[in-house]
Amino acid sequence: MLSITPDTVALGAARKGVITAGFSPVADDARAINGTVGDITSADPRMTARNVNVYYGDKLAINNVSLDIGVNEVIAMIGPSGCGKSTFLRCLNRMNDTIDICRVEGEIRLDDQDIYDSGLDVVPLRAQVGMVFQKPNPFPKSIYDNVAYGPRIHGLTSNKNDLDEVVEQALLKAGLWDEVKDRLDEVGTGLSGGQQQRLCIARTIAVAPEVILMDEPCSALDPIATARIEELIDELREQYTIAIVTHSMQQAARVSQRTAYFHLGELVEVGKTDDIFTTPRHRLTEDYITGRFG
Amino acid sequence: MSNTLLILILLGLMALAYRLGMRRSQRLVGGPGGVRDLHSLPSYYGFFTAIWCGLPALLVLFLWVSLQSGVIRDLVIADLPEAVRTLPPAQLGLVINDIQNLAQGNIVSGEVSLEMERAAAHYQRLRQTSFAASVVVVLSLALLGLSVGWRLVSPKFRARNRVESVIKWLLVGCSTIAIFTTLGIVLSVLFESIRFFEMVPIGEFLFGLDWSPQMAIREDQVGSSGAFGVIPLFAGTLLIALIAMLVAVPIGLMSAIYLSEYAGARFRAWAKPLLEILAGIPTVVYGFFAALTVAPFIRDNGALLGLDVSSESALAAGLVMGIMIIPFISSLSDDVINAVPQSMRDASLGIGATHSETVRKVILPAALPGIVGGILLAVSRAIGETMIVVMAAGLSANLTANPLQSVTTVTVQIVTLLVGDQEFDSPKTLAAFALGLLLFLITLVLNVVALHVVRKYREAYE
Repeated sequence: MLSITPDTVALGAARKGVITAGFSPVADDARAINGTVGDITSADPRMTARNVNVYYGDKLAINNVSLDIGVNEVIAMIGPSGCGKSTFLRCLNRMNDTIDICRVEGEIRLDDQDIYDSGLDVVPLRAQVGMVFQKPNPFPKSIYDNVAYGPRIHGLTSNKNDLDEVVEQALLKAGLWDEVKDRLDEVGTGLSGGQQQRLCIARTIAVAPEVILMDEPCSALDPIATARIEELIDELREQYTIAIVTHSMQQAARVSQRTAYFHLGELVEVGKTDDIFTTPRHRLTEDYITGRFG
Repeated sequence: MSNTLLILILLGLMALAYRLGMRRSQRLVGGPGGVRDLHSLPSYYGFFTAIWCGLPALLVLFLWVSLQSGVIRDLVIADLPEAVRTLPPAQLGLVINDIQNLAQGNIVSGEVSLEMERAAAHYQRLRQTSFAASVVVVLSLALLGLSVGWRLVSPKFRARNRVESVIKWLLVGCSTIAIFTTLGIVLSVLFESIRFFEMVPIGEFLFGLDWSPQMAIREDQVGSSGAFGVIPLFAGTLLIALIAMLVAVPIGLMSAIYLSEYAGARFRAWAKPLLEILAGIPTVVYGFFAALTVAPFIRDNGALLGLDVSSESALAAGLVMGIMIIPFISSLSDDVINAVPQSMRDASLGIGATHSETVRKVILPAALPGIVGGILLAVSRAIGETMIVVMAAGLSANLTANPLQSVTTVTVQIVTLLVGDQEFDSPKTLAAFALGLLLFLITLVLNVVALHVVRKYREAYE
């Protein structure tokens, strides 16, 4: 595991300098490291990623990314396709472990615990850092069993009444309870796309995670279902830390407090969402959000 | 000259017709440059002429050959003396056989009388006349067809559409051959079974507890009860199939889970084909493996434990049959497990389930219908399997649930009923058809249910 020393920072910046020769940052920031423009840190970080490199085989997919994810905030990750934002998100709960050829370097901490420490078990980690995927993927089980899946495998409840309570609370928080409370026995795959995605969110929050990672959660949904999910994300911010990858800049602007712009595996710019969308400082960010490419 | 030569000549004529038709189409539009003015490509005009030349002639030849022997036979019979003509049909058939053998120079069963010689000569004459006539008719028809097809060729004529419709009918014919063959087999088995049920009541057959198909040929014969109750046979079949499934389902399913979920790509690349080789071993090889290796092994080890094991035990046959079926189950299960979308695995792993929890609680339930379908297909295979049980399971129809005893199966009995010289009108022989029909119905139902289950599962993720 790497830790941050002035040397590695300098090395990263030097390498960055080669790659970003054509880029022209509008301004420089005192606290920017690794060539990222803007403030990568958060006042109250839940997760901290430092100098993360990800390789698929020999190919470098993420180059030296450092980023904090703060408590009770929504951070949006935007960027053109293939820029590594989903890969970075999947590092945060070690879902990349399921890909044989994927290799992660660097340091990622959850509440001061190194999640890539060899002594750490991924099972409790993934319970703490839940994930919602691009395509709604409810199990072909009943709505109740979908939500109860996590609490059951983690043994969170000791009797049926507690489990009922957990399921109801999760569905309430996901804003789905009123629509499904009379048909909890029906198959989850029979719901509409937007309901399925909210069911998946309920399934994730039923295990009481600290962080929820969302990988383009609305890309398979219609605008009305998307609006419902966005409202939900805003409500969930009160209790959870949320990182969301999205292709829609409007969505990033609507739901997030901070925005990170990725480009070709590098974190180009991070900042308050309002600042990023009104006064981007890096030319690449500006080009992307003004729609000149992407 | 024979019919083979005639067909070869016809094919030659068709090739000629092809060239003539193609040339004519090209000439009509003034050489290869004018092909654009033709409705179809020149080769289609060639095929069209060849079809006109060959198809009617071949059809007539086919009809001629299939009708000729009956007509000649009737003519020969009409010419026989009164005493022979009025013989019962079976004996008359023998006489005609003799005449035919005499005409072709084969060995004849009895004395050759003068009348026979005359009849044989008559038969030979008729055959020669018939063949000469067929050659004339078929060849003139071919030439007539050729000229008709040749005349029809013109630039506006839609030869491609005609040729393609002929080819379409050819395809229809080919696709129905399998259907009609199956239908024919089922009907022949059905009719023989009906004859059997005229002699043995269907209730006695379906619910009888005794199977002893030896029929008394003489009145005073002992030990020939002629009992046709299939219950012991089906009990034996099910016992062996059950043992086979007890072996095959756990081993097959678990190897499928290992191969699809845990094994690395390289191990899987050679392990899966290797497992499927098991399905390619001829069942007769499994049969002597069961009879010569497994059965003595079980008997000797049973003796050590003080058990009385028959040398042809249901256990030996069932074990080996189970090994034979492993690849069916593992291969089909592997396919359905792989068909479970990766997003299901991600969802489960993403909430912090372990790999084994994911397999048990998400993947297996999702794949279950497909796995059940595979198991049902394997059961119908086990019930219909013949060679292993013929060699390893024994012949005595015991009604027992003890796997250490010898039992027999439906397929074994069908084989033994039909092997050797048998009369085809005794219930003993006809019983084989009734057994076959019953077996067919059972495997048919199993297959239909299995395919239905598998198909329903397939729709779930598409």
